[in-house]
Amino acid sequence: MLKLALRRIAALLPTLLIIVTLSFAIVRLAPGGPFDAEQGVSPAVRANLERVYGLGAPLPVQYLRYLRALAHGDFGPSLRQRDFTVSELIRQGLPISATLGVCAIALALLTGIPAGIAAALWRAPAGDLLVAAASALGMALPSFVIGPLLALVLGIYLHWLPVAGWQPGAARYLVLPVLTLALPLAVALARLTRASLLEVLRAPFMRSARARGLGETRVLWRHALRPALLPVVNYLGPAIAFLVTGSLVVEAVFGLPGTGRYLVQGAIDRDYPLVMGMVIVYGALTLLLNLLADLASGWLDPRSRHG
Amino acid sequence: MDEIAAASRGLWSDALVRMRGNRAASGALALLCVVALVALIAPTLSPWSYDSLDWQHLASPPGRAAAHWLGTDRLGRDLLVRTLHGLRLSLLLAVLASAVSLLIGVLWGATAGLAGGRTDAAMMRFVDVLYSLPYLFVVIILTTLFPRGSLAVLALALAAVGWLTTARIVRAQTRALQEREFIEAARATGVPPARILWRHIIPNVAGPVLVYGTLIVPQMILFESFLSFLGLGVQEPQASLGNLIYAGAQEMESAPWMLLVPASALVLLLLCLNLLGDGLRDAFDPREG
Repeated sequence: MLKLALRRIAALLPTLLIIVTLSFAIVRLAPGGPFDAEQGVSPAVRANLERVYGLGAPLPVQYLRYLRALAHGDFGPSLRQRDFTVSELIRQGLPISATLGVCAIALALLTGIPAGIAAALWRAPAGDLLVAAASALGMALPSFVIGPLLALVLGIYLHWLPVAGWQPGAARYLVLPVLTLALPLAVALARLTRASLLEVLRAPFMRSARARGLGETRVLWRHALRPALLPVVNYLGPAIAFLVTGSLVVEAVFGLPGTGRYLVQGAIDRDYPLVMGMVIVYGALTLLLNLLADLASGWLDPRSRHG
Repeated sequence: MDEIAAASRGLWSDALVRMRGNRAASGALALLCVVALVALIAPTLSPWSYDSLDWQHLASPPGRAAAHWLGTDRLGRDLLVRTLHGLRLSLLLAVLASAVSLLIGVLWGATAGLAGGRTDAAMMRFVDVLYSLPYLFVVIILTTLFPRGSLAVLALALAAVGWLTTARIVRAQTRALQEREFIEAARATGVPPARILWRHIIPNVAGPVLVYGTLIVPQMILFESFLSFLGLGVQEPQASLGNLIYAGAQEMESAPWMLLVPASALVLLLLCLNLLGDGLRDAFDPREG
């Protein structure tokens, strides 16, 4: 187990380096580079950029300098948001985005898995149809459709919740974004849990557990759930990727000042240091969370430790 | 009876029969054909174009003005025409991107599988590394570098995402085919590798690739609308489902139809494509059904 963890962590660093190198290379080698005069960068910012990046130096030297600055947590100044460094923007946005993501995945896990178990145990033709309909709709309703629809119904028509915006410490503003982000994930988790539990329930070892005289509840909790939840844990990796991309949309829909907003706004403004910084932060975050999901499944399933 | 009859048919005609038996998938296919046809033809029949302004009817709800069946937006542009235009653009981009990604994926995967050894390992390791990158961010960086709204760049950025899985599928299939007698026979009679690739490998991987292709199209549509929604894809005054939904979300308080019309179009399209993809997968892989 420890060996697996160490191997995965060792594999993390090269991937991260590739992300950094790729974003550096794409931005620098692009035709009509981002630091050209016609990009409308003011002289003050230009002087700052000159100081930080040493733009006169050859590319490899610049690259090493960028890496060194990164190692100190310095992503450079933002081109458009005059008085901020990229690191400051990240520090401002990350708590909001992280709260959103943690709440959404917790909600999805706490509703999706029980719903899936219930659907597997409640065997009725109507149940199958309901599950099929819900999963078909879940695939066809992206978060940028669900979000505005929820805001329209719950916010504008029913006046239950604020439509958009953010006030520090006001949980009401987080309800709709968390719902929007969690809903498709909960549907996917429920579907996965149901399919996998149904398969486990048909397995021979379930029959032998019952033959030994164990009660239904004990069979379910002690024998069926652990193997049934394995695919669900393995799905956490893709779920995290979904969460990260989904949060970009959700922050745009509901006007939350998280890191996703800065990334998108930076891309629209062509604020290259900001985009590079955000991409690196999001890349590192995705890799780290995927690592945690991998380790969780290794812990649950001895077979995957050798994979 | 069925088994005997099935044995005399090929994979394709067999799949066709199974496909016809799947009512949801055939219905989705029929509906898709209608939608695609309407999206192609209707904008040319309507008196309005996607960017023509009607100053008499600004933000008029559906049914209010006889000339605009599904209403207009803030600038008096016909929403039906814009939605159909967006549908056409989304479909075009998705099909184009899927085709490019399938082409790259098939060539890459088949070459790796056929070459074997170190070349194979290096080529697939490259795919693994790209796989572990959060591709969305690579696409976002790409979209910042090129003139925004360029459809070719958008299609390429989308295709850059899609080819990895195809390459993996094709490579696995190719490795499996390698062991078969007819490939061995071809090699023994001195057929050059490029010809083996073209004549034997590619026709044999066409089925699974086609099925994956139908699953990739809705993903591409989703991805394109996602980028356009964020303002990084198709730009005004061009209409795509993504930027129409974004514009609608901004106006939904006073003009909910501006959100509901393009959103329903997108959901309908994705629903049909997913049903069709599932149906095709079942048709080609009877074990699952």
